[in-house]
Amino acid sequence: MAAPASIAASPQGETRTIRQRLRGGDPVAHLLTMLVAGTVLLLTVLLVYQLWIQSADARHAFGFGFLWSMDWDPNAGKFGALPFVYGTLVTSALALLISVPLGVGAAIFLAELAPPRWSSVLTFLVELLAAVPSVIYGLLAIFTLVPMVRDWLGPALEDTLGFLPWFKGPIYGVGVMTAALILAVMTFPYIISISREALLSVPREQREAALAVGATKWESTWDAVVPFARLGILGSVFLSLARALGETMAVTMVIGNDPKIAASLLAPGYTIASVIANEFTEATGKLHLSALILLGLVLFLITMILNAAARLLIVATTRPGAAK
Amino acid sequence: MTARLVWRKAVNGVMLTLTGLCTLLTISVLFLILGYLVWNGASSLDWNFFTKVPLSPGETGGGMANAIVGSFQILLLAVLIGVPVGVVAGIYLSEFGRGTFPFLVRYMADLLNGVPSIVVGIFAWSVVVVPMKSFSALSGGLALAMMLIPIAVRTTEQFLQEVPNSMREAALALGASKWKMVATVVLPAGAAGVLTGLILGVARIAGETAPLLFTALNNQFWAKGWREPIASLPVMIYTHAISPYEDWHRQAWAAGLVLLAMVLVANIAARLILSRGASAQRG
Repeated sequence: MAAPASIAASPQGETRTIRQRLRGGDPVAHLLTMLVAGTVLLLTVLLVYQLWIQSADARHAFGFGFLWSMDWDPNAGKFGALPFVYGTLVTSALALLISVPLGVGAAIFLAELAPPRWSSVLTFLVELLAAVPSVIYGLLAIFTLVPMVRDWLGPALEDTLGFLPWFKGPIYGVGVMTAALILAVMTFPYIISISREALLSVPREQREAALAVGATKWESTWDAVVPFARLGILGSVFLSLARALGETMAVTMVIGNDPKIAASLLAPGYTIASVIANEFTEATGKLHLSALILLGLVLFLITMILNAAARLLIVATTRPGAAK
Repeated sequence: MTARLVWRKAVNGVMLTLTGLCTLLTISVLFLILGYLVWNGASSLDWNFFTKVPLSPGETGGGMANAIVGSFQILLLAVLIGVPVGVVAGIYLSEFGRGTFPFLVRYMADLLNGVPSIVVGIFAWSVVVVPMKSFSALSGGLALAMMLIPIAVRTTEQFLQEVPNSMREAALALGASKWKMVATVVLPAGAAGVLTGLILGVARIAGETAPLLFTALNNQFWAKGWREPIASLPVMIYTHAISPYEDWHRQAWAAGLVLLAMVLVANIAARLILSRGASAQRG
C-alpha cells in the first residue's frame, strides 16, 4: 500500500516552502479567523483595563472604605458606595422573590404539563417578552406601576403591614418596591426560558419510570423531573439576578433616585446603574467621575461572579448525559 | 377510589391550574404592554412624528425624525463593526479552534455578554469620547457593537456546529481545502441560522438605552456628522418619559410604539427565516 502515500505527498516531497503551504489557503484562513477571534478576547481585557485605570483616582482616594461609606455628596467631595450597593441588592433580591416562584411555575407548566401545541405558542410569546427593550418597561412603569403603588398597593401594604418598618409611609409611588416590581416582570422571561430548557433536558426515562409506578402527572414532575433539573433552575435564578443587578433604564425611571438607605421599601432609593446613568454626564469633577466608574467596576465584578456561577450550573445540567 | 387517591388527583389538578396561572400571568404582561402602548401611542403617531424634529417643551407638535434616522445610523455602525468581527470569530470557534485559546475566546465572549450595558457605555466613553473630546455617533456605534459581538460569536458558532459533519467530510473527500469547505459548504448550510441570530441580536441592541446615554448622548436636531452627538429612539423615549411635559409624554408613547413594533417585527421575521430554512434543509 505505498501508492496512497505518494498521492498524498506534494510534488516537491517533504520540503514545501511557506509560499506553497499558503497557496492552499488553510493556514491563512486559520490565522485570519484566529486574529479576529483574538480581538474579542482583547476587547474584553481592554474593558476591564479601562474600568481599572479610569477609576484610579477614586480607588486611591477611598480604598476599600468606598464600599461601606454611607455618604454620597458630590458637592462636598464625599463619595460612598453603600446606598447604591444596598439599593441594587435589595431591589434585585425583592424582584427575584416575586419572579422565581412565578417563573419556575410557568416553566414547569410549559415544559411538562401543557399540551405541546399550547406550549410552543406560549414559549414563543415568552421569547417576545424577553425582546421588549428595558426603556419601554420603564415608560410603562412610570405611567402605570407608579400610580398603582402610590394609590393602591402602597396604602394597602401600609394599612395591613404598616407596623413593620419595611412598609411605613410616606408613599410617593416611586421607590424600591416599584423598582423591584418592574425588575420582577423583566426577569420572568430569563427564568422561564432557562428553567424550561433545564426541565426539557431531563431524560424521558425519568418521567416514564415515575408514571409507570402510578405517579400522577404532577408527582412525576415534582418528584422525578424537577429535582433532576434543580441545578439548571438555580442557574436561571443566578443569571436573572445578574441581569437584574445590571438593569439600568427601567429602574432609574421609577426608583426615585435618592442616595439614602431607608428602612421602608416604599421609600425612594438608588442603584449603582442608576447613579451612573444619572450623574455621568453631569459629574462635577474628576473625582466624581472616577467614583462613578469605580461603581461601574464594582457592578461589573458582582455580575461577573454571578454569571460565572450561573454558567457552571447551567452547563452542569443541560450537558447531555449529566448525572444530577 | 381511596381517599388518598382522591387527594393525589386533587393535588395534580390544583398544581396544573396554579402553574397554568403563573404562565398566564407572565404572558399577560406582553399583551398589557402591547395594548397600553397601542392605546396611548397610536393616537400620537402622525405624519409629523416621522418627518419633524422635536420642538422645545411647551410647543405642541414636532416629531422624532432625527431620532429614528439616528437610531438606524448607530445601528448601522454597530452592525458594520460587530457582525464581521462576531461572525468571523464564530467561524473560528466552530471550524478552526482547538485547545485553550478558543476556550478562552468563548469564555470571554460569554463574559462580555453578561457585562451590564451601562458598563459597556463607560468603556465606549473612555476609549472614544475621551480621546475625541466629544460625544459622538461613533462612540454610540462602538458601544452597541460591543453588545452585538458576543451575541454574533455564540450564534454563529452554535448554528455552524449544527451543520452535519457528513457534509464537511463530503467536501473534504472531493478534495476541497478546509477554507473552501467552510466557505462553500458550511457557511451556506448554516446561513439561515446565523442570519436569524444576527437579526435577533440587532433587535436586542436596537432597544438599548444605557450604553448610549453618555456616548451618543442626544440631539434635538439633525446630527451633522458621525463625530457629533446624535439622537436615538431609546434615549428620546427616556428623556421624554421623565420630563414633566404632557406633550412630551405623548411623543414618548408614540416613540415607544414605533420602537417596540420594530423589535417585535424583527423577532417574528427572524423566526420565520429559521423555520423556512429548517424545512428547506429537511426537504
